Amino acid sequence: MSEKIKAAIIGPGNIGTDLLMKAMRSDTVQPVWMVGVDEDSPGLPRAREMGLKTTFHGVDGMLPTMKEDGVQICFDATSAYVHAHNSRKVNEQGAVMIDLTPAAIGPFCVPSVNLSSAVAKKAMNVNMVTCGGQATIPLVAAVSRVQKVSYGEIVATVSSRSAGPGTRKNIDEFTRTTARGIEIVGGADSGKAIIVINPAEPPLLMRDTIHCLTVDEPDQDAITRSIHDMIAQVQKYVPGYTLKNGPVFDGKRVSIYMEVEGLGDFLPKYAGNLDIMTAAGLRTAEMYAEEILAGNFVPGNR
Amino acid sequence: MELKGRKITVHDMCLRDGMHPKRHQISVEQMVTVAKAMDDAGVPLIEVTHGDGLGGASVNYGFPAASDEEYLSAVCKEMKSTRVSALLLPGIGTVDHLKMAVDCGISTIRVATHCTEADVSEQHLTMATSIKGLDTVGFLMMAHMIEPEELLVQLKLMEDFGANCVYITDSAGYMLPEDVTSRIALARAELKPETELGFHGHHNMAMGVANSIAAVAAGANRIDGSMAGLGAGAGNTPLEVFIAVCDRMGIETGVDTFKAMDIAEDLIVPMMDHMVRVDRDALTLGYAGVYSSFLLFAKRSAEKYNLSTRDILVELGRRRTVGGQEDMIEDLALDMARERGSSA
Repeated sequence: MSEKIKAAIIGPGNIGTDLLMKAMRSDTVQPVWMVGVDEDSPGLPRAREMGLKTTFHGVDGMLPTMKEDGVQICFDATSAYVHAHNSRKVNEQGAVMIDLTPAAIGPFCVPSVNLSSAVAKKAMNVNMVTCGGQATIPLVAAVSRVQKVSYGEIVATVSSRSAGPGTRKNIDEFTRTTARGIEIVGGADSGKAIIVINPAEPPLLMRDTIHCLTVDEPDQDAITRSIHDMIAQVQKYVPGYTLKNGPVFDGKRVSIYMEVEGLGDFLPKYAGNLDIMTAAGLRTAEMYAEEILAGNFVPGNR
Repeated sequence: MELKGRKITVHDMCLRDGMHPKRHQISVEQMVTVAKAMDDAGVPLIEVTHGDGLGGASVNYGFPAASDEEYLSAVCKEMKSTRVSALLLPGIGTVDHLKMAVDCGISTIRVATHCTEADVSEQHLTMATSIKGLDTVGFLMMAHMIEPEELLVQLKLMEDFGANCVYITDSAGYMLPEDVTSRIALARAELKPETELGFHGHHNMAMGVANSIAAVAAGANRIDGSMAGLGAGAGNTPLEVFIAVCDRMGIETGVDTFKAMDIAEDLIVPMMDHMVRVDRDALTLGYAGVYSSFLLFAKRSAEKYNLSTRDILVELGRRRTVGGQEDMIEDLALDMARERGSSA
């Protein structure tokens, strides 16, 4: 077995557990710690059964031994409110923080678009934007790398069961953060994000619509090619990322209709919105791990 | 049913729901003209926003002729006694839009969610209640889709978040009077007595007025409608008709019946791009339980891909789509066109 970089997952809930199941299959990342704050969280014994050390004293419970346990990458799957605290503490111990919360204190990272530049900059904290951002920003970028996009708009429709209490309590965070990601990573001059929650049973797969308005007449062939290439890139870490219809060209409007089916590791398959976050987080960690293994990057040592 | 002497508040929707049949192209000048006529007629409350609420300006729902800020500031400053409301759908608009609307002079904010998803309104309702004197309303859309008991749980959430008024909204114009009665009566019995209760109807099954009267009889005290029914689908409850019926029944709205008729006939009807009425497609909305503002999107896709609007709407109903899913319509039309092509 080749050498792997050791990682800790903070937050033993649905996202953290799904991430753990994906990370157990990784060739370059090995989860060794699961960090919680609630003694009764079912995610902790589940992680122990998989061979991880656990604590219910939050990050402070892991800090004393995390260095000797070799932890160089941490994932935060808790909430925006405690993220900054968690990030500072693990950075002090020389570990990179991959932020799956909407805190967004570090640069945005969408693996198929800007992962290599985030890693090249050796950022100690990277943020995974939002689920809707991970599902749509690659396609805004696919259009904007062909020609200038004045406006990018996305509509993410998720099943009611896959929208957790954190998202519900602060839904504005989703629309704001995603809109910023459309601009910064997607390359649109201005961005807008809309989220719709649908309670239908059985739950619907995550759906995403991407509308771009180009400055000049869209080059249909080049844009179509670019979109198909980008979808293939995303499918490397989210196999269920599927073009349903489009691109539809209507004047300067380019519309793309997507569906995202998850792998169904811990989260159900319809929760493609959550799956794409954990998959993107892990993909990011693997890229860091490859750099660390190659000797190009020593976290905490700039 | 003794309704004589009951006092209710009517709320006109022409300048918000009416934006749907106008493809959001009502001009600021038209808004001011209509709003001043409402003020003169004694309409106590009018809504002014993009059809899909604050921040609705988008490819998905349509770009309006002017911004919410331009509409609201122009209308609010002209009102003598009429108060102005704005609508906000979490997931589309944010608390930043809410603050902007308050700065423009609204008296009422209405926060709307799908009938099962009231918890996404917490952030906005909580924020609204922190603004002194702001009339804060929770608005549950597509309320025909769940039973009265389930609806009550969601209404109570909005009440807990601080709404002083909650609405049962028949966005699809699907409900029949008994559906309204059962929902309103249970809510009235179980909510705090001081919480106001409203009903917002659509006229797709021509039940707007009957449903609104049923709502009043069951304990609602705020009723939405729009003059000449200018609104999504077959329109809202035609407000001038409702006011005339209230007048005959002795329900007190405070609105001058003849002036309401004149607004409908002289101002609103001439503004219409098409006659807002119960035509085949609008009736399909009500029959199949589909969000009323899908109508024009479905018509456009049907035309573009050579399909029947009714087929598209029926399928949208079968898939249990909810408000805001306008993007689903072209996607579905492309699927339907492909299926038909392969079977032909």
